Amino acid sequence: MDARFLPLFVVVPMASAFLIPLFSRLWPRFADLIANAAGAALLGLSVNGALCLFANSQVLLYHMGGWASALGITLEYDHLTALVLLAVNTVGLAALLFSVRYLDHYTGRWKFFSLFMLVLAGLNGVTITGDIFNMFVFIEISAVSSYALVAFGTDFDELEAGFKYMVIGEIGGTAILLAIALLYAKASTLNMAVVSQVMAGFGHTPLFWFIVATFLVGFAVKMAMVPFHAWLPDAHPSAPAPVSALLSGVFIKVLGVYAMSRVMFNVFGLSRANAAPLFNLLLAFGVLSIIAGGLLACAQKDYKRLLAYSSISQIGYILIGLGIGNYWGIVGALFHILAHALGKGLLFLTAGSVEHATGTRDLDKLSGLEKNMPVTAWSYLLGSLSLAGVPPFAGFFSKLFIIIGALSAKMYWLAVLAALFSTVTLGYLVKVVNKAFFGRKDLEPTPAREAPASMALAMLGLLVLTVALGIGFKPVLDKLVGPAANVLLQGLGYAQGVLGR
Amino acid sequence: MIAMFACMVLLLVGLYAVVIKRNIIRIIIGFSLVEYAVNLFFALVGFKHNGIPPIITDVAQSRSNFVDPVPQALVLTAIVIGLATTALMLALAMRIYEKYRTFDVTEIRRLKG
Repeated sequence: MDARFLPLFVVVPMASAFLIPLFSRLWPRFADLIANAAGAALLGLSVNGALCLFANSQVLLYHMGGWASALGITLEYDHLTALVLLAVNTVGLAALLFSVRYLDHYTGRWKFFSLFMLVLAGLNGVTITGDIFNMFVFIEISAVSSYALVAFGTDFDELEAGFKYMVIGEIGGTAILLAIALLYAKASTLNMAVVSQVMAGFGHTPLFWFIVATFLVGFAVKMAMVPFHAWLPDAHPSAPAPVSALLSGVFIKVLGVYAMSRVMFNVFGLSRANAAPLFNLLLAFGVLSIIAGGLLACAQKDYKRLLAYSSISQIGYILIGLGIGNYWGIVGALFHILAHALGKGLLFLTAGSVEHATGTRDLDKLSGLEKNMPVTAWSYLLGSLSLAGVPPFAGFFSKLFIIIGALSAKMYWLAVLAALFSTVTLGYLVKVVNKAFFGRKDLEPTPAREAPASMALAMLGLLVLTVALGIGFKPVLDKLVGPAANVLLQGLGYAQGVLGR
Repeated sequence: MIAMFACMVLLLVGLYAVVIKRNIIRIIIGFSLVEYAVNLFFALVGFKHNGIPPIITDVAQSRSNFVDPVPQALVLTAIVIGLATTALMLALAMRIYEKYRTFDVTEIRRLKG
């Protein structure tokens, strides 16, 4: 793959988002067809791009409209981009495949797919762009479409959650815009590579820290770190299940974690060596998220709400990985982006499958589903084992790397806490297994039918990938996650890679 | 410089409305104020006293006196995004009113825990 294909990551979903309304007038099923074809094409592009990157490990650059880096928008494709794009498009395709039958009890099929493709366009755009204002535009594209998707059911809960999500999310988006305005006032350029070179000359003045803090507030809202999390436990359960899978699986990580780490490490050149207080702050927020999210998840009775609180807790793991700031910590954080995207995407799809079959998400009303829905039950069980960090699944290795990072940074209490709270994770995830799927043999099994073939295929696909990522962690680590962590660790070296000077 | 601080005051007024007000429409107006404050701030970043439009008509003219056109272009984009978000917020507000028959956020509280 050469660099000319980079715009396709945005063009394909964007074009399909506008083709869907046109063609679905001819035949409503065109919406499914176009969306799934586009999803498959995106996954193919991501895999192809990653393989290409493994072969010659060179940063790919595309200059939009032929303008030079400092003037126009540059698209930039390195190992970190490849990793995030793989996560986004895998979960995206699984969710699209799942939607085909899941949408049977919704109206407005083409509106759903059109909005979904716009979210994908925004996520891919945020990941691939090398221009900070362009990043803001893509953040807003995906965010605005996601507000509409959260409120898609247009019932009491969905509307309340959608409005709450929208107000809080937009305050976060405006904070990012304010930070970009301040950054432009200082640096007089928008290209991230050039900005990083200009900012390197200014030193860490109070204004510099104000800009960093404003960015941090914006991204904190988008990633729902405690105490900026109030919208997530309402918004993610209210969305249709495939949207929850996309939002919890990749949305909060791309808009929050990826964008934040790109800006902090590569644009501002921050590292544990030169900004220890900031990294300690990330650690504090991470620990707070793990504890608050984990404990609140234990108290939930709603299947999807439990998973949503679990997402907050798992974001905390990614944050402490980044906050530790050494090689293993960042490797653990990035590996957890992959593991959690696959695992949480899978769990939300099983929630959709249960809701599709039984019409309820209340764990007290569900029992013995394993009898009638074996595929869903076993997908849930294995997916939750992965998230909780049971070997040999993917989640085990991400937590192991984070703990190795904490130990090598001599933060022993953090390693203990991370290990301790993975048992809490196991506790609340097994609660669902116990109540809905395998336990409570004395109760009558809830009447249900196994999910249709396409939904089961989407779940099995994610399950196979979760297991494969765990068993084959070594090549993934060597080829993808390790080099991606080095992209962040090289800090301002990013600019040299992009500008060639 | 004073104008920039005025922007920050406007931003705080908007944030106050978003956080304190109970009526959904007032929250949306507060949000619009926040947005205008940031847009105005961004436009001011490119402002110059006695500046001239950034169109080259005479090469001999002092180049240093042009206002910076980039923030203006960016603010235009931000305004369009703001239009989309405000429209969607109002659409949600209408649907909420149809369901709940009220604009009071303290009465729209079914989700908790």
